[in-house]
Amino acid sequence: MLASLRPALIVFAALTFLTGVIYPLAVTGVAQLAFRDAANGSILVVDGKPVGSSLIGQPFSSPRYFWGRPSATSPQPYNGGASGGSNFGPAHPALAEAMKARVEALRAADPSNRAPIPSDLVTASASGLDPHVTLAGAQWQIGRVARARGLSPERVRALVEEHAELPFLGVLGEPRVNVLRLNLALDKMG
Amino acid sequence: MTDTSWALFALFLAVLLALAKPIGLWLAAVGEGRLPGPLARAEAAALRALRVPVEEMDWKAYAFGTLAFSAIGLLFTYALQRAQGFLPLNPQGFGAVSPDSSFNTAISFVANTNWQGYGGETTMSYLTQMLALAVQNFVSAATGIAVAWALIRGFARHSSSTVGNLWVDLVRATVWVLLPLSFVLALCLAGRGVVQNFSPYASVTMVEAVAYTVPKVGADGQPLKDAAGRPVEETKTEATQTLPMGPIASQEAIKLLGTNGGGFLNANSAHPYENPDAFTNFLEMLAILLIGAGFCYALGKMVGDTRQGWAVLAAMSVMFAFFAIAAMSLEQAGNPAFTSIGVDQSASATQSGGNMEGKETRFGIAASALFATVTTAASCGAVNAMHDSLLPLTGGVPMLLMQLGEVVYGGVGSGLYGMLVFALLAVFIAGLMIGRTPEYLGKKIGAFEMKMVAVAVLMTPLLVLLGTSIAVLTEAGRVGVQDPGAHGFSEILYAFSSGANNNGSAFAGLSANTPFYNLMIGMAMALGRFGVIVPVLAVAGSLAARKRTPASAGSMPTHGPLFVVLLVGTVLLVGALTYLPALALGPVAEHLALFANR
Repeated sequence: MLASLRPALIVFAALTFLTGVIYPLAVTGVAQLAFRDAANGSILVVDGKPVGSSLIGQPFSSPRYFWGRPSATSPQPYNGGASGGSNFGPAHPALAEAMKARVEALRAADPSNRAPIPSDLVTASASGLDPHVTLAGAQWQIGRVARARGLSPERVRALVEEHAELPFLGVLGEPRVNVLRLNLALDKMG
Repeated sequence: MTDTSWALFALFLAVLLALAKPIGLWLAAVGEGRLPGPLARAEAAALRALRVPVEEMDWKAYAFGTLAFSAIGLLFTYALQRAQGFLPLNPQGFGAVSPDSSFNTAISFVANTNWQGYGGETTMSYLTQMLALAVQNFVSAATGIAVAWALIRGFARHSSSTVGNLWVDLVRATVWVLLPLSFVLALCLAGRGVVQNFSPYASVTMVEAVAYTVPKVGADGQPLKDAAGRPVEETKTEATQTLPMGPIASQEAIKLLGTNGGGFLNANSAHPYENPDAFTNFLEMLAILLIGAGFCYALGKMVGDTRQGWAVLAAMSVMFAFFAIAAMSLEQAGNPAFTSIGVDQSASATQSGGNMEGKETRFGIAASALFATVTTAASCGAVNAMHDSLLPLTGGVPMLLMQLGEVVYGGVGSGLYGMLVFALLAVFIAGLMIGRTPEYLGKKIGAFEMKMVAVAVLMTPLLVLLGTSIAVLTEAGRVGVQDPGAHGFSEILYAFSSGANNNGSAFAGLSANTPFYNLMIGMAMALGRFGVIVPVLAVAGSLAARKRTPASAGSMPTHGPLFVVLLVGTVLLVGALTYLPALALGPVAEHLALFANR
């Protein structure tokens, strides 16, 4: 083993330098030149001010906005500094309790809406930062948002359709809407 | 299973199998030292300048070298975590990682496991991530490739006392296989939104501030309680959001290609900054299985009969298809407890449906369940959905795939050498049945090889079942469990299955960042890695010394469907006999309870 020590040290040092220094610097260099925006967090800018990232969800609670997925991050939801899911098992009593509370909150915000609630609106995402809801999840909220803003449901529905992202070639991705982008568009409409 | 699921599965398997041959050809060429002229000259000059010995080694020297190299990596990874507070590239000012967590993480990354008891964006400095963790992602994967090359040479060589040169193999696996693939993948990811910079974390003012409640803490740091003994809560408001930054894309690429799985960020490949869309998700799944699948072709090429490689690849693919379809169908069914409270879990043109707890909208059920299968078929352990929240039987799929020994494509290099161990076991069993000396790839299999095979096959079940038993029987083990009942047992069983088989994914409800779990799983990871590598290298050395016997009318063909069935049967039988009782107590019991009241 001692005879192996010298070559082991040399090879370790050389590969560390190559993969731990040269490689990340090279990737950074090319990425910063070629994909400046994407490599720096895909920041959304409105009127010259950063308002968030198009890839990272934000918490919304006003009826005037579309709400995103429940978030299990701690201490506050959508804590970008500490991502994570609830990790509750499917039969955990706390999960059943949280689901019930979320269903009640959605129903209370829009009592006239009797449609079953799309599952993504009441389940915590894996990252706690999910930027999307399903297209069904956005459509379910149209009535509430339109009423709170005094807009016609048709106008809000059209805006949702405009922001719908559909599976690429019918295979890659799921029907979804970016909540932050949709809400920014709503604010722009007035 | 939905049409989208079928289409995604078919597309994925087709692309993977199409790439197996080109990758395999390159793996074989590099493993045999057939490099293009300029590359070969540059490599020779560098090795000479560094005075690295390039002579052939026998299996013992090769094994000692592997252990020495890994020990150095272990010390370095430990030291860097402990010292990161005093070192540069630490914009968030993280202090030293605790000794037991550093120990666990060091073993975890050296053993190609990447079990993570810590949250990346709240613990590790950029320097630690790139110089310790990402480096181990490369070199631990290179170690797996080197050992697989050595074992293949054991079959391919004729009366040889040596199995190759470890140092040359490590350098070649890193520089000519892993680095170029990682560079390309990292740029593909960065182009889609995976962050790659050295800036401090960004902070943005959110569109709407968020109010939240936290337990009120007294002056002594203890949570306050009211007269009735209930915890007192206070409401706080947060108007800004932190956005983590760092050299993520470069680490993400090798995390997948090297089947390491350790995320830069806590949510791993579920985090939009690690896996922003369905296209990157597809690339990430491919990257996980690419080298494992390609190595089967490399095997055939290097032993001079590509049909042998296709047979091994077929055995792996059959098992993979079965488990992937099972996971995707099971998860699509949804959680019966949700339907009863008015939640819509049906698949439609506007939603993926199914059990969405712990999943990302952009991946839905199809890409989440497929990813869970891919990451545990390989010993990767990256996750794009929280495995702890999978339905009971769906969660049993990743668990069983790990318990089978990570041989369904498996880890980089380790998947192939693990599967070859099972192939030797299969021909041995067949030999007993038909009364002939077992042979595989032109080599007669003797008593010494079978003893080493037995050690390698029994090592990880021993670690998993012993570790789980100890954890279940001790207070220190039980205290970490989050879920009541059968699922709590599953959390522990999953942890040891993941550690000993060097996967690294978790039922993350288990609080594993405690001295007990850090030490127990740390040991399981080390023994599960090197307790298999050493006997595999012993087999390689012993086989290399044997003569190659040409196939005769009496030898059993190992390239046809019959052998594929035999190999699949051996893997499943060993796995089932070992783990069925434990699985019955975990996922099966939980499934029956959850669906009983439907």
